Amino acid sequence: MINRRSTLKSMVLGAVSTLAIAAVGIPSAQAENKELKIGFVGVTSGPAAAWGTSNVRSMQTRAAWLNEKGGVKIGDDTYNINIVTFDDQKDPKRAIAGMEKMAQEGIHYVVGPNVDDGAAAVRPVAEANGIIYFPYAFPKALYQKPASNAVLGMIANYQSGPAIYKYLKENKGVKTIAFVAANESDPLSQRDSGVEAAKALGLDVVAQNDTYQNDTRDFTPVLTPIVALKPDLLVLSGVAPANAPLLIRAARELGFEGLISTETAQDAKVLEEGAGEYANGFISVGGASTPEIASDEMKEFVARYTKMFGEYNDESNTKVYALEYIIDTLKANPAAINNVDEFKKTMDTFSAPNPFLKGDAKLSYVGATSFGQKRQLAVPMVVNEYKDGAFQTLFVGSVD
Amino acid sequence: MEQVIANGLYLGAQYALIALGLTLIFALMNVLNFAHGQMYVLGGFITYTVYGQLGLPFVMALLASGITLAIIGALMEKFLFRTVIRRSLREESTMLLAAATAFFFDAVILLLFGEKQRGVPKIVKGVFNEGGIIMPYDRLVVGALALIFIAAFVLYMQYSRVGRAMRALAQDRVAAQLMGVKVDRYSMIGFAMGAMLAGIVGGLLVTITGVNSGIGGPISIKAFLMVMIGGAGVVGGAIAGGFILGMMESIGLTVLRQYGDVTYLAIFAALMVFLSIRPNGLMGKPWG
Repeated sequence: MINRRSTLKSMVLGAVSTLAIAAVGIPSAQAENKELKIGFVGVTSGPAAAWGTSNVRSMQTRAAWLNEKGGVKIGDDTYNINIVTFDDQKDPKRAIAGMEKMAQEGIHYVVGPNVDDGAAAVRPVAEANGIIYFPYAFPKALYQKPASNAVLGMIANYQSGPAIYKYLKENKGVKTIAFVAANESDPLSQRDSGVEAAKALGLDVVAQNDTYQNDTRDFTPVLTPIVALKPDLLVLSGVAPANAPLLIRAARELGFEGLISTETAQDAKVLEEGAGEYANGFISVGGASTPEIASDEMKEFVARYTKMFGEYNDESNTKVYALEYIIDTLKANPAAINNVDEFKKTMDTFSAPNPFLKGDAKLSYVGATSFGQKRQLAVPMVVNEYKDGAFQTLFVGSVD
Repeated sequence: MEQVIANGLYLGAQYALIALGLTLIFALMNVLNFAHGQMYVLGGFITYTVYGQLGLPFVMALLASGITLAIIGALMEKFLFRTVIRRSLREESTMLLAAATAFFFDAVILLLFGEKQRGVPKIVKGVFNEGGIIMPYDRLVVGALALIFIAAFVLYMQYSRVGRAMRALAQDRVAAQLMGVKVDRYSMIGFAMGAMLAGIVGGLLVTITGVNSGIGGPISIKAFLMVMIGGAGVVGGAIAGGFILGMMESIGLTVLRQYGDVTYLAIFAALMVFLSIRPNGLMGKPWG
């Protein structure tokens, strides 16, 4: 006789059996895979959270995608990618703690930190513990000998700035230029190298000392005296994505009619919401960002990222690359998986197809001209112009 | 120079409104609400969602921001601050609690609204450009609304029954209690009003400056600056502090621009000298 108790018992037994079969009977490829931990140390909270968050989410999206496809084959083994993250809150002391955590976990490849002082602070820890790290910070000392463990993850402003100014001078008739920067190490150093590049091109620098606190919410008082100088080009040196639309809007509302540019990556949605049509014509630097150059794989990456996190961040057009470089370099030399000296040797000759760009673009390490050694990812230098909610390619450059 | 003064007045109006809620909570409960900036941010994000995302009228969004924050403030007072004040003899306990709530709000806001800067469509388009003064119309509207809110708040505190009870509490908590003022009730109303003001100003300013999850801390610091200048716990002091800071910022950024970012250096230096002469700020404590 079937009563309520026996029915329940049957159901429980059935469920347990199903789970047991699932656990034992489906020894998936993933379960057999080894684990490859890749670290991230950078800022994912506070005013600059957008910089690090786009890094982390790019890595997590790509890792989930690769794991879903069965993992990554490096040498004779197949690995699942595990992203280990640490929020340094843009504090160099915490960045050191984060890098020490990575060392304790036996991680040899770390993406970040996102800012100059954090990247400089972690250098001794990385070098002492055999860690190659990929900062988004521009001080040349990090990438020049005797330093050898840091690899610049993007185009530096002293590489993109001169190209942008030259283009605008030749194509838009720019003669006078003004700089404004946040009073922090990264933007100030970017401003200084920008001023140097502008002067080298023969541009008349009409303002170069104007700065603002990074937490400024209303930029009208900051920009009032600069707009009165009527420069042809206003450069927002090292501007954070949160501040760019506010600066653009304040300048335009004050009647500024010249061009506005920056050498940092920006987000089209943020510009659209914060500055609307005032942002039209704003020039910035991106990665595999525009439909003209993005491959189908890049488009799928954007779709997966959006599905995972609800909204895409255009900064990830550049941030997508670091993990790809790490994995492909390890594929090229499996001995590097636990030995960063092997990784360094491979960097000099490494070349692999670039999955994120149309055509036969390659991934390779560059930086010989700027740093005297190959310590930079060859990320495409795509100079964009914002127009009605999207970026359009102005021109594409490269770094050697 | 006209433009510099106009910028200073506009900044002052918005700063004064930011500082009002903070000084109210301090006056009533002797609590330094470190989460004030986070409440401002939350108010901004609520307006962003209701007005910017759902497309509902701006007034409704502003109401939603104010009401939501008032409820949050009331709950915080009832379940957190009241308990801590009752159980702890040390004033630092409430400061630690306030700091903890600030970090908590930071994390929740980041989780709910993401890391990006957000903005909403302008509430009024166009720019006023006469007599050497350039001022977008939406700033004029927001500045006028800020002044209206400040005036309404002052009148409410001066003439309403609730306002008189809260002023009595601020002047002498024990005496007010002996006179029959329900301390718990008015403390909760005061905290809710302070939080509501933060929410409303966050909602107002999201139309001008947008909002992002990381600005709560800096907003709180600026609000503390204004309160220190004007005198902690004094409504008039917060208003004066806001206008003084706004004017100093506007003039400094114009006059000192050739020397780099020394405006806030000068402001902090002046504040140190000022506080060593008048440690209670311009108007001291308590109000009345």
